[in-house]
Amino acid sequence: MTDAARAVEDLHLQNLTKRFGDFVAVDDLTLTIPAGSFFALLGASGCGKTTTLRMVAGLEDPTEGSIRIGEKDITGLRAFERPVNTVFQSYALFPHLDIFENVAFGLRRRGIKDVKPAVEQMLDLVELGSLARRKPSQLSGGQQQRVAVARALINEPDVLLLDEPLGALDLKLRRQMQIELKRIQMDVGTTFVHVTHDQEEAMTMADTVAVMNAGRIEQMGHPADIYETPQTVFVANFLGQSNLIDGRRTGTSGEFGVIEAHGLSFMVPSDRCFCSGSDVTLGVRPEKITVLDAVDAEQVPDGHNRLEGRVTDVSYTGVSTQYLIDAPWGQELIVFEQNVVVGDRCSVGDPVILHWAPSHTFGLDPAPGRGAGIDPEVIEAERVNAHLRVRGAED
Amino acid sequence: MVAVVPTAARSGASAPVAQRSSKTGYLLLFPGMAWLGVFFAIPFVTLFMTSLQAPVAGSPGKYQFGLEFGNYASAMAEYWPLFLRSFLYAGIATLLALAIAYPLAYFIAFRAGQWRSLMLVLVIAPSFASFLLRTYAWKTILADEGIITSTLNSLHLLPEGRILNTGIAVVAGLTYNFLPFMILPLYAALEKIDPRLMEAAGDLYASPQTAFRKVTWPLSMPGIVAGTLLTFIPASGDYINAALLGSTGNRMIGNAIQINFIQFRDYPTASALSFVLMAAILVLVFTYIRRAGTEDLV
Repeated sequence: MTDAARAVEDLHLQNLTKRFGDFVAVDDLTLTIPAGSFFALLGASGCGKTTTLRMVAGLEDPTEGSIRIGEKDITGLRAFERPVNTVFQSYALFPHLDIFENVAFGLRRRGIKDVKPAVEQMLDLVELGSLARRKPSQLSGGQQQRVAVARALINEPDVLLLDEPLGALDLKLRRQMQIELKRIQMDVGTTFVHVTHDQEEAMTMADTVAVMNAGRIEQMGHPADIYETPQTVFVANFLGQSNLIDGRRTGTSGEFGVIEAHGLSFMVPSDRCFCSGSDVTLGVRPEKITVLDAVDAEQVPDGHNRLEGRVTDVSYTGVSTQYLIDAPWGQELIVFEQNVVVGDRCSVGDPVILHWAPSHTFGLDPAPGRGAGIDPEVIEAERVNAHLRVRGAED
Repeated sequence: MVAVVPTAARSGASAPVAQRSSKTGYLLLFPGMAWLGVFFAIPFVTLFMTSLQAPVAGSPGKYQFGLEFGNYASAMAEYWPLFLRSFLYAGIATLLALAIAYPLAYFIAFRAGQWRSLMLVLVIAPSFASFLLRTYAWKTILADEGIITSTLNSLHLLPEGRILNTGIAVVAGLTYNFLPFMILPLYAALEKIDPRLMEAAGDLYASPQTAFRKVTWPLSMPGIVAGTLLTFIPASGDYINAALLGSTGNRMIGNAIQINFIQFRDYPTASALSFVLMAAILVLVFTYIRRAGTEDLV
């Protein structure tokens, strides 16, 4: 396991396409996943991420395109002939075999006689050595999950595929397993391709995240880069939250583009402007914005983007306070403020000034509706909150 | 004080509930136990007592209370070859039924898609016609002038020149008649298997054949055990197939019991044979279940 000399090679997907009838699940995907990386395919359900994974595993035939590991084309190989193993979402542990035999399954199929040392070492890696003779049904969800990882990893695959492996676990266990999986990946150095709809999971675990939408990759890169510099409205909304304001690009000022929106003018660094036309959606992350009482207007640093508004909601969450601010044109903006100072919070109805550094602004091509990429549950929650606020105001 | 009140309230409320539910349990058991008592335990004792009765001298067909264990010895001495033949025929029929039913059940469970319900109905549909009628139908199908026999004869495949009135016909009839009892438990067991387990086996370097041998087959074991028992037990006690489709050389133990009861009116011998049949099946079944090790399966 630990021999770093083992030649690990990059995984290449070339023009990979999968159609089910008229539905295009994966649309002309070309992608290189570097050897030894922890790669996350992130997207909502139905975006094609699981289909992509199943094509790599050999459980689904691509309609077009090819899959290579290094120079070796594996597109035509059947699942059992590929140097790839999968951790299934449901774990798919064999209920009639004990933990030891589950983990030994792949080795035995390849005709390896003395499986004991390898299985024991692998069970120790996932800290299940003492449960080797138990049946899967006697294990907790987290333990079953680790067996599934051990059963796949023991075969020393070129690529380990993880299909929403933590989906069935409760939140606390999920956090714990995220750290555990990351540790295991560091230990063995195998390429991990992790499919998930949980953006936090993708960001904490992966070195590279690819955000998928409608069978295509919207944006790919280091989690921090994607978060700080989203290049599409979908990514800005799907990965964390964003305040998006529609405007027009009217000119350039030094390294900044000038964007007019609702009679105000905002600065966006030219290298953070990913827009093709003059219609621009301007964005800023909620935690980048500072809230000031309207009376402290002179504290706004020179050159900062700023706008005035009125507080409509304050929620104190311990670490931070979340403000909802009504902009003059009626749009609701969201701001997170770190609770560094005790007391001294704005309250509902206060007139405030929002400001942020132009370098934290990004410019995007407008998408149909600012809601692209927002989780429907979040929209629903916002709607309910808004409704409650209106009721509260009436009382 | 605050803590004591809810505790007291809770224990006070829960005690009668527990008592009532245990009484309910016995009440619910009663109809089943009464049924078993009247229709199994009492006839069982009666049968055993009949098997030990002695003939009344001078009036044939009349028997009185006795402890004639010799009834068993004489019955076995006369009929032991029929026991062997019964288990042989039933065993072959069970294996044939398994060989036919497994692929069919597998197909219905994994490949039939929207046709699944229809196919299950078709499996059961023949049972809507009477058992006797269906067995008579086989007499026509296997008749000496029938298509099957003449075709096989023209190929010189039948050593005896015929199928009807041979052991082949009896085994064929048994296989046919008990096939649904093999298919349904097999289907139930196969249908429960998560198809993703086969994907997982494939992912772990098992070819489809190996995946079947190492995953599907062992997981369908409860269905195999249930199906073989449901086929073997009634088949070994059956007498209609042997009576209609076989000759006197193909009599099974069921025929011996029937003839002794109805024609010879030799109730002790018939009862003794029934008892031995029951005991033999019980021993066979226990050995089989032990061997199959199904208690280990989920």
